[in-house]
This record gives sequence, structure tokens and C-alpha cells, in this order.
Amino acid sequence: MDILSQGFTWLTDPTHWDGPRGIPNRLLEHLLISGISLAIALAVALPIGIWVGHTRRHTALAVNIANIGRAVPSLAIIAIAVPIMSAIDPQLGFKVYPTVVGMVVLAVPPILVNTYAGIAGVDRDLVEAGRGMGMRESQLLRNVELPLAVPIIAAGIRSGGVQIVATVTLGAIFGFGGLGRYLIDGYAVGDHAQIWAGAVLVAALAITTELAFLVLQRRLTPRGLRLRQPRSGAEPEPEREVAAAT
Amino acid sequence: MDVGWIVDHLDDLSYRLVQHIWLAGIAVVIGFVISLGLAILAVRRRSTYGPILAISDILFTIPSVAVFVALVPVTGLTTTTVEVPLVMYTLLIFVRNIAAGLDSVPTDVLEAADGMGFTRRRRLWEVEFPLAIPLIVAGLRLASVSTIGLVTVSGILGDNFGGLGYFIFAGYDIGFPTEIYFGAIPSILLAIAADIVFVQLQNRATPWARVAAERVT
Repeated sequence: MDILSQGFTWLTDPTHWDGPRGIPNRLLEHLLISGISLAIALAVALPIGIWVGHTRRHTALAVNIANIGRAVPSLAIIAIAVPIMSAIDPQLGFKVYPTVVGMVVLAVPPILVNTYAGIAGVDRDLVEAGRGMGMRESQLLRNVELPLAVPIIAAGIRSGGVQIVATVTLGAIFGFGGLGRYLIDGYAVGDHAQIWAGAVLVAALAITTELAFLVLQRRLTPRGLRLRQPRSGAEPEPEREVAAAT
Repeated sequence: MDVGWIVDHLDDLSYRLVQHIWLAGIAVVIGFVISLGLAILAVRRRSTYGPILAISDILFTIPSVAVFVALVPVTGLTTTTVEVPLVMYTLLIFVRNIAAGLDSVPTDVLEAADGMGFTRRRRLWEVEFPLAIPLIVAGLRLASVSTIGLVTVSGILGDNFGGLGYFIFAGYDIGFPTEIYFGAIPSILLAIAADIVFVQLQNRATPWARVAAERVT
């Protein structure tokens, strides 16, 4: 495997670990934009999901919008955002903003659907019991519904987060940095070593992110709920299958 | 928006639309066949279930741009380079849904089939598979929509690929917004249309769900 060894040589070359085009800086860009995009997606999806799940109003609308959102190709969203944002301000279109728009559109559906489904799925008897004990709506939400919904909400956040980290790579096509740069630049000049090194970096980051979110999800799950998780793995996890095109 | 340009390029649009559906269709069919084998293996031999799912999950996590460009030195600018990643990304969705579908068949039903003297093969194709169809169709929907999105990314491999994504890359390269929209909007609509078609198919595959819903209301 000649290409593999070339890629490895590229990766271990110290000059590729230094400066603004170096791997640490590209990794930082990648993670920073992923983090910002995820934060925006959470700010949009969590309140709406909680409200729809708690009140059970407009559920069909929310689910339909989320379904359409997850069908939409990210590449198309970023591409459309470039000229639109450039029209608003020529500066905007050629920076990271179109990529952020694409990532928010990508991550909102899984987070929204899981938040809604997690809260709406809480046993009604428990909610009624809380109500009977004189809990206010806000107390019900905070003390009953949200804690029980945490595993499913966390699964949605994991799904959204992992998809963002993988898909931010596309931003490199539209001028954004991040680890995708090595793929696009390497491809542009036919530098196979750089392409393979970039592919390894991007793949390793995506897999690491997935594992990190899995650990986080387990940590966030209240202890009483962990025991009930099926061990067989036969059952599809709630809505993990939402993951779409990266 | 340059309307004249759009009118002049409607032929190109239909060519790219067909290419898009064709590239996605091949991947979904091949991916389904491979996954069917893997899912049956996973359900029959439980110990393979975890590893099969774990490997497809890892493959699924890798960004598509990386696989497209990394394959070029190996398989060149060919349809294979487009199809290998596309097929790869359908595996997780298909394997999980087919296996879950086969698992969803109640034990009573399996025992009834065994009691009637069905062979294992006949039980699989005449009992388990038909009962798994609702979840399989759900998988078909997710895989098709996801693949349609990924075909646009294959436009990075040059003018011969990408389906509607071709216009996105070409338009961006020359800084021509009309062409970007010309590729991006139809590809979004195609993905949404596929989603809607498969939802209809899903409803048809599970008529009892509709009957149940009507009874409740």
C-alpha cells in the first residue's frame, strides 16, 4: 500500500504540524465551527422541542419540518447560502458563515425530533401523578419530564453533533478551513499523500467524536434509567437512524 | 437570477436529474442486496450482530468527501469511485432496519411456521421477510434520501459525476449564483420528493397502521 505509507509520511512531517495551515490549527478551526454550529442548533431546537413535547401542540408540523430538514442535502444548503449571504454583504459569503448555516440546518432536525419524542414519550401516569401532587407545569417539566427524557434528547444531540463534525468537511469546498482543506487542496493539485492524510484525520476525528458523545450520553443518563437499557442491541436506538448524508 | 440561462439549460437539467437518480439507484440496489445478506447473517448468528453493526457504524461516520477523493488514486475517475462510498453509506441504515424487521417477528409466528413443517429457508422468505417489510421500507426511505444527498457531493470528482450537484460545483467555480441555485434547489426538491414517495410506500406497506389510527380517532 504505497499511498498509505505516503500518507503516513505526510502526517508525520513536522512542517505539517505548524502554522495556520498546520494540523493543530485546522483541527481547532474544525472543532470551533462545529461547536458554534451545535450551540446554535441547540438554541433553536431544544426550546421548540421542549415546548412541542410538553404542550403536544403542533406535533405533526414539528415532525414534518424536521423530516424535510433531514432530507435536505447539506452541500446544497451551504451552496445556496454562499450567494445569498454575499448579496447581503460580500464579506459574509466567503467566510465560514455559509458552512454554519448548513450545519445548523443539518443538526436541528435530529435534536428537535428527539427532544419532542423524549418528552412526549414520558409515561402519562407519571405526569398526572406529579400534577396530582400539586406540581406546577414548570416543575413537571423540570422534575419529571426532562430527567426522564434525557437519554433520548442526548441521543439526538449526539446524532446532530457527530453529523456536524463529519459534514463541516464540506465547508472546505466553499472556502472554509478545517480538516477538509487537506482533501480539497490535495485533490486540486493531485497530492495523493495529502488527500490520504486528510481522509485519515477527518475519519479519526469523526469516530472520536462519536465515541465522545456516546460517553457523554451515558454520563447524562440518570442512574435509574441505565439499568433498563436493553443489552441485546437488537432494538434500534430511538431515532439514531436519523443520521443522514454527510 | 438569469432566467435566460435557465431556459437554455433545461436539457442539461434533465440529463443531470436522470444521472442523479441513476447513480443513487445503483447504490441503493447494491447496498440493499449486500445488507440483506449481512442482516440475515446477523440475525441467524447473534455473535456477528455486534461486529457487523459496529463496522457499518464506523464506515457511516466517515465523511463522504474524504472517501470520494481518497478513492481516486485507487479506482480513478470512474463510476466505481462514486458507487463504493454511496453503497458504503447505505449499509448501516439497511442492516439495522432489516435486522430489526426480522427481529420484530413474534416467536409465536415462527413456532407456528415451524409446526407447519416450513424449512428454515421457506420460513425466512414466506414468513419472516414479509413481516419485516414495514421496517425494511422505512430503511429504504432513509437510505434513498441520504444517497440522493450524497450524490451531489460526488460532483467533486469532476464533470462526469455529481448529478444535480454538478451545477453546484460548476456555478461556484465561476461565481455564477444562478447555476448554483439551478443545481441546489432541484437536488433539495428531489430529496424531499423521494422522502414523500417512500412515506406513501410505507403507508401502503403497513395498511394495518392506518386502520388502527382510524379506529383510535
